[in-house]
Amino acid sequence: MTAASLTGADSKTSVPLKRRLKRAERARQFKALALVVPLLLFLLFTFAGPIAGMLWHAVDDREVRQVLPQTIAALAGWDGKDLPDEKTYAALASDIQAARAAGTIAIAAKRLNYALNGFRTILIGTARNLKTVPEAGTARETLGKINPAWRERATWTTIKDAGGPVTSFYLLGALDLVRNADGAIVAAPPDQAIYREVFARTFLISLGVTALCLILGFPVAYLLAALPPGKSNLLMIFVLLPFWTSLLVRTCAWIVLLQSNGVVNDSLHWLGIIDEPLRLIYNRFGVCVAMTHVLLPFMILPLYSSMKAISPAYMRAAASLGAPPLTAFLRIYLPQTLPGVGAGSLLVFILALGYYITPALVGGAADQMISYFIALYTTETANWGLASALGAVLLLATILLALVYGKLVQGQQVTGGMKN
Amino acid sequence: MLKRKTGKIALGFVAAFTAGAALATSAQARDLTVVSWGGAYQDAQKKVYFEPFKKASGVPMNDESWDGGVGVLRAKVQGGAATWDVVQVESDELAVGCEEGLYEKLDYSKIGGEAAYIKPSVNPCGVGAILYDFVLGYDKDKLKDAPKGWADFFDTKKIPGKRALRQGPKTTLEIALMADGVAPKDVYKVLATDEGVDRAFKKLDTIKGDLVWWKAGAQPPQLLASGEVAMTSVYNGRIDTANKNEKKNFGMVWDGALFTLDSWVILKGSPNKDAAYKFLDFAGKAENQSKLSENIAYGTSNKDAAGLLQPAVLKDLPTAPDNIKNAVEINVAFWLENIDRLTERFNKWAAK
Repeated sequence: MTAASLTGADSKTSVPLKRRLKRAERARQFKALALVVPLLLFLLFTFAGPIAGMLWHAVDDREVRQVLPQTIAALAGWDGKDLPDEKTYAALASDIQAARAAGTIAIAAKRLNYALNGFRTILIGTARNLKTVPEAGTARETLGKINPAWRERATWTTIKDAGGPVTSFYLLGALDLVRNADGAIVAAPPDQAIYREVFARTFLISLGVTALCLILGFPVAYLLAALPPGKSNLLMIFVLLPFWTSLLVRTCAWIVLLQSNGVVNDSLHWLGIIDEPLRLIYNRFGVCVAMTHVLLPFMILPLYSSMKAISPAYMRAAASLGAPPLTAFLRIYLPQTLPGVGAGSLLVFILALGYYITPALVGGAADQMISYFIALYTTETANWGLASALGAVLLLATILLALVYGKLVQGQQVTGGMKN
Repeated sequence: MLKRKTGKIALGFVAAFTAGAALATSAQARDLTVVSWGGAYQDAQKKVYFEPFKKASGVPMNDESWDGGVGVLRAKVQGGAATWDVVQVESDELAVGCEEGLYEKLDYSKIGGEAAYIKPSVNPCGVGAILYDFVLGYDKDKLKDAPKGWADFFDTKKIPGKRALRQGPKTTLEIALMADGVAPKDVYKVLATDEGVDRAFKKLDTIKGDLVWWKAGAQPPQLLASGEVAMTSVYNGRIDTANKNEKKNFGMVWDGALFTLDSWVILKGSPNKDAAYKFLDFAGKAENQSKLSENIAYGTSNKDAAGLLQPAVLKDLPTAPDNIKNAVEINVAFWLENIDRLTERFNKWAAK
């Protein structure tokens, strides 16, 4: 329908046709928008908002500033070379007095203790022993007498670094880095540098589980796609039944199967294959087995849907043109399943990255993934800065991987839902 | 027509959403909610505290369970949507939450006065509920000669098989030091030095290959029952419950046990403060507390509660003189200062 064929159709109205068309277009757009508004709002409240909050927590550093305001202000002009001047000591003494009266001293102590172990005792002990405001000019002496730590430069650089309002402390910590007294970024002490290792472990376990799911899931998906509907529906129920079973139940079932006196070890023993029970659980092996079992349906379903769409005529055509079965599979069938392989692998990998319950129950102390530490710092020790920083690093790494995946499958017809 | 309809639907959604958000943030009039640790322990509390309290006072209340973590309470209080009033917390949660202002300061005159309670259970932010132990637990049916203490726990020649400890540095390092010959009363003195920490990890190295790590209190009895481990650290009440309710034959070693207190707190800004105090008063009375000890083997906080118990019940409690003689109180201040650092170090050690 062209605009020309419409001219004069409505001579009574004086509004030009172009504008009316635009108006109709706008109304349609608005209608479409109104339909997605609820979803948009929902995503904003439940997804974008919390993620932004988490990222903010990873850099937010206002606790010390709120508790020791005068000290932070006095330290702003300090060059960090020698000990601060008498005025700064007096500011600290007055801050400590005020914070003690308000009952907020422990909040600053907790934050400073993250950066310098033992600071909690220094600050709370000083607050307990500082009975009166020191006489003018004696603040440095008084504080130094209460705790010799006040005569050390590191104590003051720690306070200055924690002055906020934003900090790189937690994000650096999540990457096993710290700032030294001179402000240079250096590696964390070896007995506290664990997070790079934990991230590597998380990615390695996720990769292994994804590979296992692909190896096990591909033949199953092929069988499902090739069988006549009656039989394939029955098999599909076998795939979906565990999929609908609670994760916790499936994880505990593996404990029963794999433990020392469990079904697997007892059977092997009875068959005379082993004398001593094998260690199949509370180690990496148990984690991989249980996670693969739990995540398998997420691999099989995308594979199945991509295989279902491949016409059997292709393989027949390849055979009639003289291709041996393996060649036909590699050159005709496999390339057409790649979108399913990609979608399934990405889905399983990203789900595996965030796994918590399964490694917690069937893994040993050396098999805990990053989610365990995020949960630990969120609920147990309430170190939300570090928990958020670890979450932010995981989020960033996952987004990067998804982008790489998107780049890899670009140019393919189907991108497994990751087209960008 | 259609346009009007979609507009209405969208509006409806928005309205529902904002209404929901508004409802969630406003303190609504709701019944008193008491939160405890679940499992056999909460069943016992239901029987001796919750149900009788509802009957006696006519105050409507409901109970929920949780798995601990001061972060959970911080999120509830700071989020302004605290749906809980009275919560039972562990000692470190009590200390941190008190510092962060998550709890109401308790008015002891409403719950029988400070003098009614044993000294360690009196805190400005909370009042003691139970005293319990981490003990060495084992299965009498499977071990011919019973272990005598933590030294035997580390002796794989004398008692072969795997052992379980609670994952993380807390309790693990203390146990390792006691096994290495440190007297219970000196444990934290030694642990406060770098050499002491090294010593604990060195001791743990000796049985590293035989260790399994548990995370929830329900796991150790299960690990013992399935024969997965020969010995484990375990909450004393869980051993008792397994013996009573599941006809198990588990034994425990009181020597070198680590004890700690759980306390009741009232969450800051609770709309049911009066009812909360009524409940705490009820749960603080000696006659009610003694009934709890009869149902589950935990000591309680009222000074007079132990006196109302049969000697047979009393001898299995953590508070019995013989049992507490060689026990160590878990040092909250030490762990507040060192938990993050030692958790990192523990995990570094575990991954080696």
